[in-house]
Amino acid sequence: MTDFGLSEEHRELRDTVRRFAQDKVAPVIGELYEKHEFPYDLVRQMGAMGLFGLPFPATVPGADGDLEIGGMDGDYLALCLVLEELARVDSSLSITLEAAISLGAMPIYKYGTDEQKRRWLPRLLRGEALAGFGLTEPGAGSDAGGTRTTARLSEDGTEWIINGTKSFITNSGTTMTCLVTVTALTGPDEISSIIVPSGTPGFTVAPGYSKVGWCASDTHELTFVDCRVPVDNLLGKRGRGFAQFLHILDEGRIAIAALATGLAQGCVDESLKYATQREAFGHTIGSYQAIQFMIADMETRAHTARLAWRDAAQRLVAGEPFKRQAAIAKLHASTVAVDNARAGTQIHGGYGFMNEFPVSRMWRDSKILEIGEGTSEVQRMIIARDLGLA
Amino acid sequence: MKIVVLVKQVPDSGAERNLRADDNSVDRASANNVINEMDEYAIEEALRLQEAHGGEVTVLTMGPDRATESIRKALSMGPDGAVHVLDDALPGTDYLGTSRVLAAAIGTLSPDLVICGAEATDARGQVMAHMLAERLGFAALTGARKLTVEGAQLTVERQTEEGYEVVTAATPAVVSVWDTINEPRYPSFKGIMAAKKKPVDTKSLADLGVSADQVGWGGSATTVLSHSKRPARSAGVKVTDSGEGGVALVDYLSSEKFV
Repeated sequence: MTDFGLSEEHRELRDTVRRFAQDKVAPVIGELYEKHEFPYDLVRQMGAMGLFGLPFPATVPGADGDLEIGGMDGDYLALCLVLEELARVDSSLSITLEAAISLGAMPIYKYGTDEQKRRWLPRLLRGEALAGFGLTEPGAGSDAGGTRTTARLSEDGTEWIINGTKSFITNSGTTMTCLVTVTALTGPDEISSIIVPSGTPGFTVAPGYSKVGWCASDTHELTFVDCRVPVDNLLGKRGRGFAQFLHILDEGRIAIAALATGLAQGCVDESLKYATQREAFGHTIGSYQAIQFMIADMETRAHTARLAWRDAAQRLVAGEPFKRQAAIAKLHASTVAVDNARAGTQIHGGYGFMNEFPVSRMWRDSKILEIGEGTSEVQRMIIARDLGLA
Repeated sequence: MKIVVLVKQVPDSGAERNLRADDNSVDRASANNVINEMDEYAIEEALRLQEAHGGEVTVLTMGPDRATESIRKALSMGPDGAVHVLDDALPGTDYLGTSRVLAAAIGTLSPDLVICGAEATDARGQVMAHMLAERLGFAALTGARKLTVEGAQLTVERQTEEGYEVVTAATPAVVSVWDTINEPRYPSFKGIMAAKKKPVDTKSLADLGVSADQVGWGGSATTVLSHSKRPARSAGVKVTDSGEGGVALVDYLSSEKFV
């Protein structure tokens, strides 16, 4: 059977993670979600499976020879397959992994100095530590030009002094969190990225948000008050913070599309299960055409969402331009996720409104997919611009 | 320490399984074939011993061509290599014949320890470990829920219906394990990639010095004459409470070893 040209190893990885999600995640995630608890034990198991190092090489060239960073030598396609399989059962874990890689480790891997890579990447890639990326602010989301956080050099030029607030930062407040990379104004119209290790004086993590969904993932508001870090903590080039981040976001869109596809497929799984068990008027509800058509449409949507992200991921892996395809995949898959969650909940009737049913968790988890890592409107802007409309 | 782990490919126990109408053998063609679940615990135990004491872990499988898939899956968990006994004369071989072939294959590897699952989910005989120990002259430590190794001394907690027995023996030995012994790891992507490149040594009966008339339908000491579907579930036991209901319930649970 051909499967979008997946290699045997990709299929093996996908099937392994599917088994992990069903056997280890499904039985415990509902309770963690209800209690808003971060799934440390599952994250550790995912670390042992090498999932946090998936799209990275084992070594990278450094000035004094190769640096061992401990990646798995996989690719972005492998990561997206894993995100889809996890989200098919639970989105909190999937977004934890996605953010840990795309927003936590990837900027350091792409733009870090040898010393930064040596210091942070091995632990991040083994899943023993997590890193966050602080871009969004109370008054600046999609328009990152509205950044208010500042970083000025100390008088002797040895330290950055950071002041400001960052909002909705994933993986920023766990006991495994080791750093947050923040974007800040380092001059007029000059945005740079700076690494702030956890525990730095002046860096405060607020208690977790009360969220509608993704309740077992870790999200906080961060404040920086005269927070001082060494000048060497600059990540990448001064003044390139925004450009670096835009590139990272392009990749992240494919990952979110894969996650959204997983949620859409999970809604199909749950609805199929329920429709073949639940009876009404003397027959299982799955024997009625109204339900059959709903599930057929859900499967169709999940399938097309998968085609869209696979296309974008394969372009990325092949080194071809993928910006438009990534935006299309993210826009389409997140719409599909919301549609399938709504239909799946409807099929479940009253039970779809009960938190103990996975489909209700998926309904709560779906909405953020149209908002995070670029809203649907931002995706449309990207697609339109790429088509030459200005 | 040199360890051989027995791995059998079986029809997935999570799906419907059948015996073939023509020869009463397991219908493998229509099934999704997977590693026998208990064997994953055997692999995990071998890998943990290797991590603690060093040495080498070799997977041993007797089975048809498609058993290769299960061998690769086993290797992706971490063993160093595998031996696949593959021969057209093998289908139909019973426990005795299988133990003859596996013992011959183990003989060529000279291990200190053979670890296997306590049973396979297809036939559930629970006899292979004993037969192999007998043929090889190894100690048999079966049904383990815990295994400790100190030098050449093995200590096993042998699971019984009422509790456990502590059994010791010196290597070489055959240890069979239950699913209470550990929590098998999931393969990492690195493990999956590495499994492709690990050596799988295919051996025929001739390579092992076993003659074809000692195996297969003709060489087996046992024959399955007929089979029938499992009977429909019976109604169960009803306890009517006339003051002694609680005692009757506990008696029942106790007789079924639930309490």
